[in-house]
Amino acid sequence: MSAQVLTREPEAPRPAKPAAGPSPRTGVDLGRWGLRSLAFLYLGVMVAVPLAAVVQKGFGGGLASVRDALSQLGARQALILTIEMAGAVAVINACFGTLLAYVLTRYRFPGRRLLSGMVDIPFAIPTLVTGVMLVALYGPHSPIGAFLVRHGVHVIFARLGILIALLFVTLPLVVRTVQPVLLEMDRAEEEAARSLGAGRVATFRRVVLPHLRAGIVAGGLLAFARALSEFGAVVIVSGNIIGKTLTAPVLIAQLITGFKPEAAAAIGAMLFGLSFVLVLVVERLTGRRERPA
Amino acid sequence: MIARTRTRRLSERAVRRLVHGGLTGATFFYIGVLVVAPLVGIAVAALKPGWSAWRSVFTDPFARHAYLLTAVITGQTVVVTAVLGVVVALVLARDRFPGRRLVSAVVDLPLAVSPVVVGLAVVLLFGRGGWFEPWFAAHGIQVIFALPSMVLVTIFICIPFVVREVAPLLEELGTEEEEASRTLGASPMQTFFRVTLPNIRWGLLYGIALTTARALGEIGAVLIVSGTIAGKTETATLYVLRAFDESQDTAGYVVALTLALISILLLAAIEIFKSKEERRRG
Repeated sequence: MSAQVLTREPEAPRPAKPAAGPSPRTGVDLGRWGLRSLAFLYLGVMVAVPLAAVVQKGFGGGLASVRDALSQLGARQALILTIEMAGAVAVINACFGTLLAYVLTRYRFPGRRLLSGMVDIPFAIPTLVTGVMLVALYGPHSPIGAFLVRHGVHVIFARLGILIALLFVTLPLVVRTVQPVLLEMDRAEEEAARSLGAGRVATFRRVVLPHLRAGIVAGGLLAFARALSEFGAVVIVSGNIIGKTLTAPVLIAQLITGFKPEAAAAIGAMLFGLSFVLVLVVERLTGRRERPA
Repeated sequence: MIARTRTRRLSERAVRRLVHGGLTGATFFYIGVLVVAPLVGIAVAALKPGWSAWRSVFTDPFARHAYLLTAVITGQTVVVTAVLGVVVALVLARDRFPGRRLVSAVVDLPLAVSPVVVGLAVVLLFGRGGWFEPWFAAHGIQVIFALPSMVLVTIFICIPFVVREVAPLLEELGTEEEEASRTLGASPMQTFFRVTLPNIRWGLLYGIALTTARALGEIGAVLIVSGTIAGKTETATLYVLRAFDESQDTAGYVVALTLALISILLLAAIEIFKSKEERRRG
């Protein structure tokens, strides 16, 4: 990381700045230092200190605290369930997200703009409302829910409900990372492959997909990280049955209200560490593409 | 010969139409099942009981207070994250110092943290035995189970939005116009309000709309720090959660539908700001 900083620094046109203004130097510097310290103070107090508190509380006791957290009732199952669900959501939305991005950028059909706007709805809708919507649609009082239950399909208070809630919440992520790549892509390559006799599938696999790979992986990882941490959309739908439909974020909430902050912090710090690493990977994957502009 | 190429071309077109139709159909299907159906579901569930249910929700003092509290928290969050978000964006875009990338990563941290963990962090800092608890207790300031902690967690969660919209705009903008304004004798403040701010205004509004949507829908973090005292520390989302806990499903559906409608309006605003920004760039 520091090597990155060193190599990047000379590219920046900044060094010219101090010489540029004959204006009162001290005033300029005062402003700059003021802004810088204000930004540091804001991020430090608001983000760094609270997270440090969680990590310190969670990992303060070393391995013992982690072991203690995992020995909480249903903790292991909750972590496994959360990671399984997040993985499934990432894979499904990576596939459908790519499909949606492709159709929305390449095809012209009535209703395209409306459809494109709908992709963003999960970003805007409160996550708890997502859960409420699923209960309204698939709950025992709705005709669809009653029909499904009669045929042995359980959505509410079951893993399927968690899956649908997480699919909804993470829908925009892959679409919005793949779409810009498709828009930028030169279509001549595809047309060349087609006119050279490659079939549709071969063209997509050999020509289009390699360009999209970084975007799909980045979007999928974002979806995974988001699904790991989701609370609002899951809490109403899942029913929180210990060992069955209790996810890690809901477990953390229960541990806090049950006066077990150490265990909550240990599990929280584990989740947070995992998703933070994923976000860093994503920034690498997407940042590289945007830089050369 | 001619006839054969024609049939081949025709079938080629038919295949293309089939592929287009199939993929477009799959897209409609996925969005229909995943997004449209639940929206219809909640609309039906909230409207079926009729107007009396709506009237009883809107005359319920707890529900009114919940809406009001959500508005207060959202307003305070927007002010803080917009003002300080522009400061952070200015520093990230204009300032060069060792560790700049680290600061940029810190801005993104809230996206990686579960809201529940954010709530826990504030409990650990301000709750009993917390790092800052003695000082605030000595000064008689109630943080946990009160408004300050609820605003605090909401700000934490909303930090990235304004910064992430404004910083790239500032970088793209460059400093030429600002330097021109400075050489012409404008003070730093005048330069910011007359030159910089007008250039970033659509991006800033976009960030504010995202912040608003996120702030009024926050549940996980607020649930943990608020204690959910009805009529006191209960936001609109917490009201919905309690309604379902107490089997008052209709009230829950009504409030949830209003929140959904507000966020869809915000989404429309976001689309407008986005197209304005694109038009500004030309």
